[in-house]
Amino acid sequence: MAYDYEKSIRPGKLPHIWCPGCGHGIVMKGLIRAMDTCGLEKNNTAIVSGIGCASRLPGYMDFNTLHTAHGRAAAFATGIKMVKPEMTVICCGGDGDGTAIGGNHFIHACRRNIDMTYVIMNNYIYGMTGGQFSPCTPTGMKASTTPYGNPDPIFDISKLAIGAGATFVARTTSFHATQIDKLIAEGIKHKGMSVIEVLDDCPTSYGRRNKFRSVVDMMKRLKEVAVPVAAAAKMTDEQLEGKVLTGVLFKEERAEYTDQYAKLIARVQGA
Amino acid sequence: MAKKVALLQGNSACALGAIYAGCKFFGGYPITPSTEVAEVMSEELPKVGGKFIQMEDEIGAMASVIGASLAGSKSLTATSGPGVSLKQELIGYACIAEVPCVIINVMRGGPSTGMPTGPGQSDVMQARWGTHGDHAAIAVCPESCQEIFTETVRAFNLAEKYRMPVQVLYDEIVGHMRERIVFPEPGELEIIDRAAPTCSPEEYKPYDAKSDTDVPPLAVFGSEYRFHVTGLNKAADGFPTTKANLVAFEERRQIAKVECPEARADIESNEEYLTEDAEVVIFAYGSSARSARYAVNKMRAEGIKAGLFRPITIWPFPEKRVAELGKQVNSMVVVEMNLGQMIFEVERIVKNDCKLAGVFRVDGDPINPGEIMAKVKEVL
Ligand SMILES: Cc1ncc(C[n+]2csc(CCOP(=O)(O)OP(=O)(O)O)c2C)c(N)n1
Ligand code: SF4
Repeated sequence: MAYDYEKSIRPGKLPHIWCPGCGHGIVMKGLIRAMDTCGLEKNNTAIVSGIGCASRLPGYMDFNTLHTAHGRAAAFATGIKMVKPEMTVICCGGDGDGTAIGGNHFIHACRRNIDMTYVIMNNYIYGMTGGQFSPCTPTGMKASTTPYGNPDPIFDISKLAIGAGATFVARTTSFHATQIDKLIAEGIKHKGMSVIEVLDDCPTSYGRRNKFRSVVDMMKRLKEVAVPVAAAAKMTDEQLEGKVLTGVLFKEERAEYTDQYAKLIARVQGA
Repeated sequence: MAKKVALLQGNSACALGAIYAGCKFFGGYPITPSTEVAEVMSEELPKVGGKFIQMEDEIGAMASVIGASLAGSKSLTATSGPGVSLKQELIGYACIAEVPCVIINVMRGGPSTGMPTGPGQSDVMQARWGTHGDHAAIAVCPESCQEIFTETVRAFNLAEKYRMPVQVLYDEIVGHMRERIVFPEPGELEIIDRAAPTCSPEEYKPYDAKSDTDVPPLAVFGSEYRFHVTGLNKAADGFPTTKANLVAFEERRQIAKVECPEARADIESNEEYLTEDAEVVIFAYGSSARSARYAVNKMRAEGIKAGLFRPITIWPFPEKRVAELGKQVNSMVVVEMNLGQMIFEVERIVKNDCKLAGVFRVDGDPINPGEIMAKVKEVL
């Protein structure tokens, strides 16, 4: 029997705004399956986003949903989680939203190890505003503001998250659709800051400008660059050149922020 | 039983006022001269089961406050000019999404870093127009430590009642000054909590206004009422819309809910001192009003019919009363620690009904009564 996505979608809110071939829809379906696997209760779950094509995701979802300002999802979500630690809090958004304008909130949420799951849709471009380069646009590639090729080096989002202190970090691509829900589900179950980076594609604002003839070409590229961490362990540096590691990249147990704050309250009130 | 009394700094009075009002969340970022508000909140909130967080910057602080409020907590942030500048986009978010919260601005000079330890009153127009787009504003401006306490309580009440951000502006002088405070007993001051929905969860729409001045009830994230919040223009159900009539209705309602006559009467609060027979009225707010009151007493002793008009609510502007006074008096003197901001509002209202002059100062020193008296005598 086909999987029933409808039960998680708000009645009457589809069709979505995404272009044909956009990867964000694949990620949303993965998120729905993951939330379902975890048995999340709708009333007790909040989905928080910033601004951008990816950040339109919460509006379609039948949960408590908060579409904030550009880059601010993690900070809004922190307020919710502090007040209601019993709620499951999920953030989502684009690479520009999360690592450029929102980079500061992102790294500090990682540092605090606050119990949230941040799904970051990395399409290496500012899709919504028409294809300006983001901190994740590969060097040399074309964006509307890099007509001569991008001179900037990139952020590796997963490495950034690990370096900043996130305690569950995983990566996959929109080609590996069934891995998306597995990794997000694992992130939701993990207590602490979980970051799931999903490489996906923006055919409209990135693909066209960079001579990808079709969405299929873009998907093929995702398939080719992805290397599972286990396989990578057996590969040489040369073989790994230009590849992207996928799967669970980092996991550790560390004191969670709202737990620590609850203990602080108990200590103060007990004293 | 004798009431509890203490000698407290204005910033401490603010924090304790917030706790009295039922504040359970503070998100902030340190900045002089407001930092003591955060310090006291970090100490007091855990005692009442509340949460304090020092965020990574003022934008994050404002974001956390809005998130916390949506999760059902009365929420506070405190900062000064540079921090308020950073918060502006999200103050607008709280306006359009109609999320109650209180923002303390302990004013110093500016622009930019200015004089961090000196007083100023140059953020009064920022409090009105700082965020982009059309919007209403509520801001109060206490002049003493006691009033900082009571006005912080009132700011929470107004935020909850009108479902919007409310700013409390006071200058460094009152923020750092210590004065005797008499604590109100629990229950002595009115405490207002936001209206909760009474309809069924299926019927709930977060912006379902019953009239063009209505403030619809706000549900809480994590309750049985699931809803969507966005900074986009939206319809009654909270979802984005570009339908002209719906956009216009919401934009106008969100201003009218504060500026309609009933709301103004509820929100406005002024002190008038010897204005009844006054021929000259000094318009002053915050700590400048303290010098002005002293000047009024001095001038009365000299036989000059001077009075003081002190708006405690500075936004919405007390248009009606200022218009009446403009017709009554020979002249008005606006006293403010900036180079002339509120004077333009006064001018807009009194037009040519009376003479108008200003006493302005931006050198980090308070305005003294002598300067005010000299100006009054010059224009009278
Ligand atoms: C403060 C602010 N600055 C800039 C913008 C304009 N803006 C909207 S979306 C966006 C980029 C979105 O890119 P990304 O987060 O990567 O998501 P995508 O659209 O690619 O899914 C920008 C720059 C804005 N809305 N707000
Ligand atoms: S512009 Fe790009 S990111 Fe935005 S919906 Fe279209 S394909 Fe997706």
